[in-house]
Amino acid sequence: MATVYLPDDAAAIAVGADRVAKALTEEAQKRGLELDIVRTGTRGMLFLEPLVEVEKDGVRTGYGPVAPGDVAGLFDADFLSGGDHDLALGAVEELDWFKNQTRVTFARVGRIDPLNLQQYEAEGGLKGLRKALEIGGEAVVEAVTESGLRGRGGAGFPTGIKWKTVLGRTEAEKYVVCNADEGDSGTFADRILMEGDPSTLIEGMAIAAVTVGAEDGFIYIRSEYPHAIAKTKAAAKAWEAAGWLGEDVLGSGKRFRFHVRTGAGSYVCGEESAMLESLEGKRGEVRAKPPIPAIHGLFGKPTVVNNVLSFAAVPQILADGAKSYAGYGMERSRGTTAWQLAGNIKHGGLYEAPFGITLRELVQEIGGGTLSGRPVRAVQVGGPLGAYLPESMLDLPMDYEAFIAAGAMVGHGGVVVFDDSVDMARQARFAMEFCAAESCGKCTPCRVGAVRGVETVDKIIAGSDVSENVALLEDLCETMTDGSLCAMGGLTPMPVTSALRWFSEDFDVGGKTR
Amino acid sequence: MSDHHEVTSIARGARGRAPGNSDALLEILHAIQERFGYVPESAIALIAEELNLSRAEVHGVVTFYHDFRSEPAGRSVVKLCRAEACQAVGSETVAAEAEQKFGVRFGQTSADGAVTLETIYCLGNCALGPSALVDGELYGRVTADTLAELVSERAAASKTNGAG
Repeated sequence: MATVYLPDDAAAIAVGADRVAKALTEEAQKRGLELDIVRTGTRGMLFLEPLVEVEKDGVRTGYGPVAPGDVAGLFDADFLSGGDHDLALGAVEELDWFKNQTRVTFARVGRIDPLNLQQYEAEGGLKGLRKALEIGGEAVVEAVTESGLRGRGGAGFPTGIKWKTVLGRTEAEKYVVCNADEGDSGTFADRILMEGDPSTLIEGMAIAAVTVGAEDGFIYIRSEYPHAIAKTKAAAKAWEAAGWLGEDVLGSGKRFRFHVRTGAGSYVCGEESAMLESLEGKRGEVRAKPPIPAIHGLFGKPTVVNNVLSFAAVPQILADGAKSYAGYGMERSRGTTAWQLAGNIKHGGLYEAPFGITLRELVQEIGGGTLSGRPVRAVQVGGPLGAYLPESMLDLPMDYEAFIAAGAMVGHGGVVVFDDSVDMARQARFAMEFCAAESCGKCTPCRVGAVRGVETVDKIIAGSDVSENVALLEDLCETMTDGSLCAMGGLTPMPVTSALRWFSEDFDVGGKTR
Repeated sequence: MSDHHEVTSIARGARGRAPGNSDALLEILHAIQERFGYVPESAIALIAEELNLSRAEVHGVVTFYHDFRSEPAGRSVVKLCRAEACQAVGSETVAAEAEQKFGVRFGQTSADGAVTLETIYCLGNCALGPSALVDGELYGRVTADTLAELVSERAAASKTNGAG
């Protein structure tokens, strides 16, 4: 029987992967061939989806992007034996886009059947958890600290320090919570991992739990990700059946129960304290800090809250050693992360690479510039609360501190490209509009400031008292930055002020300002 | 009314399964919306009673989250992503054209009950935008024409199913 690999990642399905699967099955039947279609995660080369792969002599050859109408032709070209065809790409892992990555966290994504635990273990899975059980909590915290891993959700707080705080608490009840409320536009790395290799995430959470002494773990997945929710639930079930989760984790005598929870369409619930409120069944209103969740978290108990990619990095850190992970990156940004190339980009997708790669490499070399073929004018990094950067800033290295110094942030690694048709005053308006729509309403600078921000940008766009209104907008941004309870109101000014700073001509209606 | 029994049994089922007590509220609301297509006003008091919450608390949660509707949607629900990555590839043009095509504004249901058009912020398909969910199915690289086709295909399919 011939085997073909085809992603069932949501992005691949969005451009027809399920229809291609159906066409492959029907065409094989018509030709009297037996065909096994293994649905995998995506390789991250989303511009090639749906990407069909066939294996020959241990090497996977790719064809893509495949439309259902191409399928008969692929059979005619004997693609099952690696035959030549217009869509043939050659060995998938030898393609520059793939080969030049440093796949650590995403090493298995796109290769394995996401729910096949034997394959998971055969490809290095469980090594980290076994190691954690063997060396104990203190040593795990030490390794995670030494690796230099920082929170991948966007804040960049050292993961080891967070874990150490929870480990040091004496309360009997503690929790581990995974923030999978990946709401930033331009980001999809959490989703791709949950759909393509959910076991790595579960393993990372299990390591955190046995390390700090928590017996229950919750993952909060946004409702916009039904495929990720289904995969994570299915994987957790398989883990329980295998005895890797539950009352006796891998025969260690330790208990770890895994709970999947679904969000309900609220961006602010990606803020950790709002997420905890939501997990408790309440309105997703942020909590004032301190106390921090590590001390007073879910249900008031000490809680490790980390992003999907932070947890998912840990198994490999333990398996390969902290030094190996810390060997990647630059300055205080250690390791690799998943850069997500999105928006108006020719070769969009997920690209795992160490920190220090430049924005220009990501956008121009790897991403191939804009999809429209027009010049790149602005790049928004770090989601809707991140700065808009001009073409002249593209040599910035992807590094937490370098971005902060430039008035920007790396965030969750999303890179959204705009061509020269973008109107930056409109984008500034949208930043305020989005904040007004998604503010939890708890603090005034965010709740009221966002509405006033939209009104003020509207006046600027209409050409009314432009310089006065620009000054007013800048003043409002300062109030929101300094006075908001959380990053929602506190960082909404970042896209606005960066647009004013780098693209002032778009606010300069009739030359009335500056 | 049998709906009342169903609401209560959904609430009781979720409450029993989840650790703690009122933290099951979101799961219950999801299950009720899945079953009825919206969260009926009459369900709020029943859920409040099951979870030992006030009606105001339940109402507060229902209205906080974008997912929960207080009235039924149209036969097809089109949720178009209008966040930055999709804006960069023309989602606002798609949005304007979709309003024209369906004869309905965002946040509304067409007079004949055929389509509800909604804004959504990010579906995690940001490299292949503009993206949309049509009755829960994800589509990339959409235009107003593809959205209209998808809606009419679905309408035709449900008619056939209804007749059979």
